Amino acid sequence: MQKMTPTEYGELVKKASPNSRSYRTIPMAFLVGGFICALGEGLRTLYLSWGLQEDVAGGLVSVTLIFLSVLCTGLNLYDNLAKYAGAGTLVPITGFANAVASPTLEFKQEGMVLGMGAKMFTIAGPVILYGVLASFIYGAILWVFRG
Amino acid sequence: MELILPYLKAFLVGGAICAVGQVLIDYTKLTPARILVLFVVLGVALTGLGIYQPLIDFAGAGATVPLTGFGSLLAKGVQKAVEEQGAFGILTGGLTASAAGISAAIVFSWIGALVFKSGDKS
Repeated sequence: MQKMTPTEYGELVKKASPNSRSYRTIPMAFLVGGFICALGEGLRTLYLSWGLQEDVAGGLVSVTLIFLSVLCTGLNLYDNLAKYAGAGTLVPITGFANAVASPTLEFKQEGMVLGMGAKMFTIAGPVILYGVLASFIYGAILWVFRG
Repeated sequence: MELILPYLKAFLVGGAICAVGQVLIDYTKLTPARILVLFVVLGVALTGLGIYQPLIDFAGAGATVPLTGFGSLLAKGVQKAVEEQGAFGILTGGLTASAAGISAAIVFSWIGALVFKSGDKS
């Protein structure tokens, strides 16, 4: 096997990497992400019209979007949309739900404990960890400096 | 116009937050998992600094649906818990506020994995 210098290797990686066309990817992320948020706003208006309180309505919006995302992941629709939408399907809460549902389904064959149970948290685990850690630090700061 | 304005705001702000995520994918080496972590932590920090709540007041779901909104939920939960329970609230606030979303994702995904067949990724 031929030896390669780091620069040559870098060139090779650049050539092999998919060409990201930002003039297309960024507007797609904007449109799809914006649409998911507008859908959330529609659900929020609906739940508020049922007389639910602001925080309950907000929580229910998340739960509904998560349900829809898991459903679309199971039907293999979400991952297909994600190919075109990029961050538009990643950044909304539906992307988080997809990141939980997708490995759970994929590793079903490896069993309910170390397959579904463990792989479910491949991406959700770090998100929950650093989210809780950040809220812990913020809470500690609030407690120390509370008036 | 009055009727569609909230949807327009949610669309524009939510879309813009997602576009920021796409810029990070295209121009940095950040993986999707790191971007999700970054957005949640950023949501906590911006809420703590008092910057994110005005955005939620303006854009509604446009600011709460992206994962920065999830971070904001954690931060607001810890604010409330520290107010009500003192130091103990530092530990309870974050997960209490985000419990519905996390439980929904876990439970629905588990059921979904049993109901659906793993599709080929082609």
